[in-house]
Amino acid sequence: MTTTPEPVVSLRSVTKRFGALTALADIDLDVRPGEILALLGENGAGKTTLTKIVYGMYQPDDGELRVGGVPVRLRSPADAIASGIGLVSQHFALVPSLTVAENVVLGREGGALLDRSKIEGAVLATAERYGLDVAPRALVRAMSVGAQQRVEILKALHRDCKLLILDEPTAVLTPQDGERLFATLDGLRERGLAVIIITHKLREVMRVSQRVVVLRHGRVVGERATAGASQAELARMMIGREQLPVESASRRGTPLQRTPLQRTPLQRTPLVEARRLTLRDKRGVTLLDDVSFDLYPGEIVGVAAVAGNGQSELVSVLTGMAQPSAGEVLLSGERVSGLPPAQLARLGVGRVPEDRLEAVVGNLSVRENLTLEHIGAFTRAGHLDGRAMAAEADRLIAEYQVKAKPGDLVRTLSGGNIQKIVLARTLSRKPRFVVVAQPTRGLDVGATAYVHERLLEQRDRNAAVLMVSEDLDEVLRLSDRVLVMYGGRIVGDFAADEVDVGRVGLLMAGEGVAVHG
Amino acid sequence: MEFLIVLAAAALRVATPILLAALGEMLAERAGVLNLGIEGTMLLAAFVGFVAAHQSGSLWVGLAAAIATGALMGTLMALLSVTLGLNQHVSGLGITLLGGGLALYFFRLLYGGASTPPSLGQSFGQLSVLPGTTLAPLLSQYGLTYFALLLVPVLAFVLRRTAFGLRLHASGENPEAVDIAGVNVYRVRYQALVLGGALMGLAGAFLTLAQLGAFTHGVVNGRGWVAIAIVIFGNWRPVRILLGALLFGFVQALQLRLQAEGVALPYEILLALPYLVTILVLALAGRNANYPAALLKPYRREGG
Repeated sequence: MTTTPEPVVSLRSVTKRFGALTALADIDLDVRPGEILALLGENGAGKTTLTKIVYGMYQPDDGELRVGGVPVRLRSPADAIASGIGLVSQHFALVPSLTVAENVVLGREGGALLDRSKIEGAVLATAERYGLDVAPRALVRAMSVGAQQRVEILKALHRDCKLLILDEPTAVLTPQDGERLFATLDGLRERGLAVIIITHKLREVMRVSQRVVVLRHGRVVGERATAGASQAELARMMIGREQLPVESASRRGTPLQRTPLQRTPLQRTPLVEARRLTLRDKRGVTLLDDVSFDLYPGEIVGVAAVAGNGQSELVSVLTGMAQPSAGEVLLSGERVSGLPPAQLARLGVGRVPEDRLEAVVGNLSVRENLTLEHIGAFTRAGHLDGRAMAAEADRLIAEYQVKAKPGDLVRTLSGGNIQKIVLARTLSRKPRFVVVAQPTRGLDVGATAYVHERLLEQRDRNAAVLMVSEDLDEVLRLSDRVLVMYGGRIVGDFAADEVDVGRVGLLMAGEGVAVHG
Repeated sequence: MEFLIVLAAAALRVATPILLAALGEMLAERAGVLNLGIEGTMLLAAFVGFVAAHQSGSLWVGLAAAIATGALMGTLMALLSVTLGLNQHVSGLGITLLGGGLALYFFRLLYGGASTPPSLGQSFGQLSVLPGTTLAPLLSQYGLTYFALLLVPVLAFVLRRTAFGLRLHASGENPEAVDIAGVNVYRVRYQALVLGGALMGLAGAFLTLAQLGAFTHGVVNGRGWVAIAIVIFGNWRPVRILLGALLFGFVQALQLRLQAEGVALPYEILLALPYLVTILVLALAGRNANYPAALLKPYRREGG
């Protein structure tokens, strides 16, 4: 084994654009038989786009794909499968009402008639050859998520794949199932398969891969042999910062005016107390795990986490959209968890949801959307007081600088203006506690700065703000305190001036989780 | 005993077009397409079959024309709901309106002057098995009835034991899995709709070419909608669909018999009886219905 084997699949200068956005720029990548390559990157780094290109779901705009050294064009997943490429994506492509064997042979049944015992035997043989523990006759519907994932792997193997790609395979697994998956992958590697595992978890990279390629903003920013790489180095490459972004932000001369946080006696009692919040879904998967924190008036607390680590669920529980399985939320010492969203709003909880289109009615006008949430205040003897609504709408449009006429339909507005409407509607009620999720996702620089100013304004009028954002820069620039979440738990709690970005990155990626900051 | 046998014989007759249509609908829905064009497809096929038989003098030509019409309407449904990915409710209702409109228009055009509805003067006869025994009335049915009954185990076999059945089922449950497995989802859905349409055409042909030997514009009279209900009752399985069709046929035959016997109930109530039973049974069975997961969802490859 002195010579390096030929790559199974290679990418050469692959570029993919969506409109003005370049999702992948000039990617070169090789993956060889008998190795597990980890593709590491934050959300939006381009990992999934890359996968879809290799699996024939997207066509590259530039560059080429080679399979076994030969340039190919993969126009569909069927082409990719024929070229020996298999994909296990995050949502499984299984038919729950069919058996394992039926799912595996779908599309290559071996004749017009189904010979059940034959296909079950063939599927079992493949499973045994690769050491996968799967019963061919079991109904997929009745299987655990981990077992369903094994069926997906079996499907690819049964089609003689040479390269198996797994997209965030542990996102849906328990730690035990995750370890079992890694053992399976080790076995596949020993049998000469090439494996690409896509992940943002450093622990998995270190556990299972031989080589790691780091993607950021659609580019390859580093490649290391896993054995010689340090986790801190990989985390820095993934997040792309060496120094404190708060400092770099002020050096860039941003217009944000931040007064240092000094708690007055009034502010020393917490406004919001989350006590051991736990949330499980219908299947019993723990989404929030024993989350406790205090929130004081006059502070912005940012939650830093990679998507899917419980931050959205935390927002849902705090705003009454979900009931915690255990634990409680106190507002000024009163228990408010379990109350419906409307009542929480009356108690002074303001909500700026993750999906702003969900917060407005696209086919109603700006005026109607601005007044919808407290329409009762504009009702006179059973019908709407149009003049009062118009007056309120005009006032909010002016105050929040919405660039639209009161009669415009909201669905015709830009994302920034829709977000202004959401903010106007929520913040004009002067909530004591503001819960904000992804406040600037998809907004341009101007709208982003505007939203940031408004959020700081809430802090300065002594409201407590909890902000969840995938944009780590945003979290670090606005927050007085940063909570880091991983796997549904709070794994770090830093004051703004103590934030160590490298450490936050490690915690977000699930490292050093045992230590609470 | 004899009363029951006669009743059962009538029930089979009434159930035949509903069974044929429901099996056709089942194929479409199994593949993930709700075909609300069923009522119009049946009516147009009944009409075209009638005209073809009337003009050619051959019932078999009429039968072939009805099947072809059904298959064509199925193709049209596939074009709208599969290729173009239009809303299945809208496409299906559109096809029902189209089928009904065309049938009525050409009926007026061809036979508008006639004061009595035109008649073929002939119709498919009944085939007697075991004549002279007690069961003779039950086993003296139209050929299409035997065919419909035969179709039940055949389709059950196709669904369970063939590659086509597996792909059909998977297309209705998770078309993405089918696509990723390298099977053309559109093709599977086209096959299901064309084959299903042909069966609906056959159901229409039964009405004009066997049962009536004539055409009136009320000939289908909601049987398509009943068939859709029976597919749900039957949980998309041929044998249970047969039971549903027989139940409807039985109640219908019973109420006809009761009317004939002069039971002291307003005849409107008796007429409504089969439909009331349908609603009741559906309300009970519908709660446990396992709708194909991808029903009503046009398939589009992500990022295409």
